[in-house]
Amino acid sequence: MKHLLSTDGLDPAQATALLDTADTLKRTLLGREVRKLPTLRGRTVVTMFYENSTRTRVSFEVAGKWMSADVINVSAGGSSVGKGESLRDTALTLSAAGADLVIVRHPASGAAHRLAGWLEGTGTGVVNAGDGMHEHPTQALLDAATLRERLGTIAGRRIAIVGDVLHSRVARSNVHLLTALGAEVVLVAPPTLLPTGVESWPVAVSHDLDPELPALDAVMMLRVQAERMHGGFFPSAREYSIAYGLNERRFNQLPEHAVVLHPGPMLRGMEIAAAVADSPRAAITEQVRNGVHVRMAVLYHLLAGEEEAA
Amino acid sequence: MAPRVRDATDPAERELLSAGDVARTIARMAHQIIEKTSLGGEAHRPVVLLGIPSRGAPLARRLAELIAEFSDVTVPVGALDVTLYRDDLRRRPNRPLESTTLPEGGIDDCLVVLVDDVLFSGRTIRAALDALRDAGRPAAVQLAVLVDRGHRELPIRADYVGKNVPTSRTEEVAVCLTEVDGRDGVYLRREDHQ
Amino acid sequence: MMLIKGVRLYGEGDPVDILVRDGVIAEIGPWLDAASTQELTDVEVIDADGLIALPGFVDLHTHLREPGREDTETIATGSAAAALGGYTAVFAMANTDPVADNAVIVEHVWRRGREVGLVDVHPVGAVTVGLKGEKLAELGTMARSQANVRVFSDDGHCVSDPLIMRRALEYTKALDGVIAQHAEEPRLTVGAQAHEGERAARLGLAGWPAAAEESIVARDCLLAKQTGARLHVCHVSTAGTVDVLRWAKERGTKVSAEVTPHHLLLTDERLATYDPVNKVNPPLRTESDVQVLREALAEGIVDCVATDHAPHAVQDKDCEWSAARPGMLGLQTALSIVVETLVRPGLLDWRGVARVMSEKPAEIAGLPDQGRPLAVGEPATLTLVDPQARWTVRGTELASIAGNTPFEGMELPGVVRTTMLRGRVTVSEGKVQS
Repeated sequence: MKHLLSTDGLDPAQATALLDTADTLKRTLLGREVRKLPTLRGRTVVTMFYENSTRTRVSFEVAGKWMSADVINVSAGGSSVGKGESLRDTALTLSAAGADLVIVRHPASGAAHRLAGWLEGTGTGVVNAGDGMHEHPTQALLDAATLRERLGTIAGRRIAIVGDVLHSRVARSNVHLLTALGAEVVLVAPPTLLPTGVESWPVAVSHDLDPELPALDAVMMLRVQAERMHGGFFPSAREYSIAYGLNERRFNQLPEHAVVLHPGPMLRGMEIAAAVADSPRAAITEQVRNGVHVRMAVLYHLLAGEEEAA
Repeated sequence: MAPRVRDATDPAERELLSAGDVARTIARMAHQIIEKTSLGGEAHRPVVLLGIPSRGAPLARRLAELIAEFSDVTVPVGALDVTLYRDDLRRRPNRPLESTTLPEGGIDDCLVVLVDDVLFSGRTIRAALDALRDAGRPAAVQLAVLVDRGHRELPIRADYVGKNVPTSRTEEVAVCLTEVDGRDGVYLRREDHQ
Repeated sequence: MMLIKGVRLYGEGDPVDILVRDGVIAEIGPWLDAASTQELTDVEVIDADGLIALPGFVDLHTHLREPGREDTETIATGSAAAALGGYTAVFAMANTDPVADNAVIVEHVWRRGREVGLVDVHPVGAVTVGLKGEKLAELGTMARSQANVRVFSDDGHCVSDPLIMRRALEYTKALDGVIAQHAEEPRLTVGAQAHEGERAARLGLAGWPAAAEESIVARDCLLAKQTGARLHVCHVSTAGTVDVLRWAKERGTKVSAEVTPHHLLLTDERLATYDPVNKVNPPLRTESDVQVLREALAEGIVDCVATDHAPHAVQDKDCEWSAARPGMLGLQTALSIVVETLVRPGLLDWRGVARVMSEKPAEIAGLPDQGRPLAVGEPATLTLVDPQARWTVRGTELASIAGNTPFEGMELPGVVRTTMLRGRVTVSEGKVQS
């Protein structure tokens, strides 16, 4: 593997291998005082974040450092990017300066794919940390790792993804990965927040959350961005929350074993009630913890092996 | 992850140890470990066996069983995967990780006996010592191998050796164990007959 | 004098010779050099064995980028590209910098085109001042200027205010002009990147719904019918628009429409690589839209082909999709695409090619000396095409300064060998004659 750009088209065997590696790394480090592995010593990883994100960037940085890689963070604000340098030139500069891997988050869908194209032949790989509305593959992997941990299996499970699917790269990545791993996925959202052609996706679609709840093994609540409230996608935050929020009443209609996930950051009281977020059936902190191991696994698979022919 | 299973006998290979030889050799090693570590004696350091996957791990389990049979002492067994510590990762395709399972009670202040099937350049054991260092602080470390085939590249030697087999660099010593390959035996092959 | 030997007019019948004198077709017949009663001295002979003669093509929709973006194209390089594509007249859109919304700019463009002299460059006048859609530009002054503007368009932008559009349609009646509308309801395409369909949804690209084009076309057809004015619809891209045009024409609306070569061949399948060479406005749509457009062009519901030739600098295309400017080159590849998508499948014969690439556009624009029949007494404004030859498209080898062609590396049928503008050869053996 040279790049991780999307879960769309990710071979289920390869996805499973990544999850297994993440699991092994987690157990290897368990209980250790010194949380450091020498495996990626001498490898240079650069994070290029054109969108603000503390949690994802820190997660990648910790992952890299625990594997002894040299991790350098570049953010759009204080760099030549702010001076108008193109994405392509920034990437080529970082590659020439020695980056073995570039982890990129960018507001334009397809940015990671374009980067991989421009970096072809340089030996530098690309990890997509979120490109516009398109994909966020490591998020889907850590969600899958968390589900696997909590539920034992993913195949045959029924998982709902609730909220702004239209604008969500987390939703897209999860749909591809979860269905590839054999889960049944149901998308729940108002019609204005579902993508065109969603009928052709390998998922069920519903506009009504309540009837779905009793049959679910897991529910993933998506963030509702403030901008959407002004775009006419739904009349008001109140109406959205009443119809699609995971409040305590709805939470109690979920089966006992059902897991609650959220990619964060949460708008408590909007898409998820505070009490629900804090309940033991919510796996939100585990998602974050698994995020580090999953990202370590991704770095391992991309960087610890002979360089693949381009 | 499943290791690469070795195929049925190739006519170009020579049997070094038969199944019976393997059993006897492991039994002898078990006795040697009991004796040299003063197992069961008073005020002895706790002994732990850590097998290096893939074949070191079942070997370690067999040794532990025999040690228990011969001495009535139950020696904790675990596995120590060294993939993350190898110095040759960039020269081969990406390798899947194996499991590291330390026995309950850990390895601090113990006498850890690393167990592997073949000792060759010594690099695997060097990686194992690095991995061990991050896993805890053993009081001492010893090494048990079923076959020592020479050609050391590092100053590493085994404390317990099942069989010394002089080889040339182009040859391969293939250890087969029932748990992994479906049969017991040790074979000498020329590399191009893999 | 020029003698074109052994050419087939509109690809029909036996080969004939064409004698060109003083910019006009003087004689047509077989074996003219042998049969002629007068001595043909000082005759330049063009061997047209195996070639087809068509009237010179007229492009109603080209962006020549001068003034303002001469780093991507100039009137000179654009004219060269046009002539190489078999064109003898092009209509240069008004979204230059400064905008061509007054007589000074349009006269500059017209004069420069004459200086270069490779094709007749007809400036298109903006409908509204600065293309802002708020106030009518001085359409009458532009019409009465030396540039003789008859086609008006805010292309790049939609004249979205229905009242402004109505007034523009009415006003041009007195000028014998036509409003060419870039149909795109701006409120429905805010932030849009690609055709609103399954493929864009999967790729996370904000959608440009078909209804944004169709609703404006429907509205404008109703306004044109009401006012009795002429409307021209730029770059039709959806099957739904074709339905609206059919309905409007049936009711007697004076509406014409154009389709680009890229909308006859390419679909949103091209989005997968996120390569912005495929980004265009209106966007590439689906296979069924492409099929409907081909049939509509053959049938005449869509009247003509227009390239929407849009050169862009490397930095405006070699970037992430959302940062890229929309638009594709088209002048040199237009004929080949029409051959590939309509002639080869048998939807259009060479007469039909003449109709959609020359006669109809000339008629819509009101050009008296273009799109004429290949007959004695008519201007010798024609192009000679090799229907059997094939060529491979390379952006770096095209005459345009920019190289943003989506057909890069494609092998296409149909090669222009010679282009002639009123008896003067502008392209010979596939090379521009200065």
